[in-house]
Amino acid sequence: MLDKTGIAKRIAKELKDGYFVNLGIGIPTLVANYIPSGIEVEFQSENGVLGMGPFPFEGEEDADIINAGKQTITTLNGASFFDSATSFAMIRGQHVDLTILGAMEVSENGDIANWKIPGKMVKGMGGAMDLVASAENIIVAMMHTNKRGESKLLKSCSLPLTGVGCVKKIVTNLAVLEVTDNGFKLLERAPGISVEDIQKATEGTLIIEGDIPEMILD
Amino acid sequence: MIKKTVQNVEEALTGIKGGMTLMLGGFGLCGIPENSISELVKKNVKGITCISNNAGVDDFGLGLLLQGKQIKKMISSYVGENDEFERQMLSGELDVELTPQGTLAEKCRAAQAGFPAFFTPAGYGTEVAEGKETREFNGKMYVLEEAFKADFAIVKAWKGDTAGNLIFKGTARNFNPCMCGAAKITIAEVEELVPAGELDPNQVHVPGIFVQRIFQGIDYEKRIEQRTVRSHN
Repeated sequence: MLDKTGIAKRIAKELKDGYFVNLGIGIPTLVANYIPSGIEVEFQSENGVLGMGPFPFEGEEDADIINAGKQTITTLNGASFFDSATSFAMIRGQHVDLTILGAMEVSENGDIANWKIPGKMVKGMGGAMDLVASAENIIVAMMHTNKRGESKLLKSCSLPLTGVGCVKKIVTNLAVLEVTDNGFKLLERAPGISVEDIQKATEGTLIIEGDIPEMILD
Repeated sequence: MIKKTVQNVEEALTGIKGGMTLMLGGFGLCGIPENSISELVKKNVKGITCISNNAGVDDFGLGLLLQGKQIKKMISSYVGENDEFERQMLSGELDVELTPQGTLAEKCRAAQAGFPAFFTPAGYGTEVAEGKETREFNGKMYVLEEAFKADFAIVKAWKGDTAGNLIFKGTARNFNPCMCGAAKITIAEVEELVPAGELDPNQVHVPGIFVQRIFQGIDYEKRIEQRTVRSHN
């Protein structure tokens, strides 16, 4: 089974040279630490920066330079700042190549829910609805089950939706899956995890074809 | 040159009354009009509708207006950092209209640019689209969203000149440029106000035509919400 770092490492292998990438809060943020050698990507943060760099050295924080998680950051050579409308023009206009974000639930037809638990948690959708409605390429990074052990890969989402039919790929602590017309297609198993383990943790339709390889992380 | 300068924040906020709709720039606590927010607290105007991406934190930013129960309605995309906000929302004291962030920005820009509405894919098939017109373009579904209508837009810039031209710094730009000219009157507070002619016209982010009042703010705290650093080794 993978931990959060493992999920991030596996997703990092999906990055391709020249990609502009938007990383959501949580596990997706960790992906920036595992960019495969030999490729160049640029990170976009929807509050208005392209070319995001690592956290600043202590004492060099600038309150005017943050990411969408409101964390202090730095910028790399070639970076740019822009206003919020321009930022979402990049996203809506599909100039951003890949969006990686977390989810509370994903359904077998690619619906995603990640912004609201009625009566409990209402923080807002931030930029998630724009991102999922626009991106050609969306990868969800999440745990396969919730804290109560219930599957987060469902036939249909029970929580209010963030977007419909938009998720293409899911990387969890147990597996890599692709959303197809017929359900979740199992692509890879996490180290030490069997197909049966994944089947048990998946409520939605799971398509298993042939031998399912174990993930290669390094 | 048409002079836009006002002496101070009191003069800048002249005409703001209870029940009005205000746009306020900023993302989290980054690039918020600190001086104007303090003055709104002092004026104690009530029943305001606020259009702002976030709601501040409990003791800073728009959280200060929430403490005084001055806000009737918030139109935001993310309000997760504020306990008082959550309490007022769940108890029904505060009306909240959560709007996707890109839609929020574009509703400002549409108002600024004279578009009554626009189609966006964001929120299609979700509760955000309920009651709204939807339409298919090139095989994809879109939701019709209307431009904002606001009485005042209050923004914060890094530098400005007496003609109302503005320059922003870093990600403190965010919603501020989109809100300029998107309300009946736009007020800009700046860290440094210079005479017209001192800013390079090539470097201006917002032309002065979108700004009606400008003043130099004081005592910026620029609070950091999430201080994240790395060590030198």
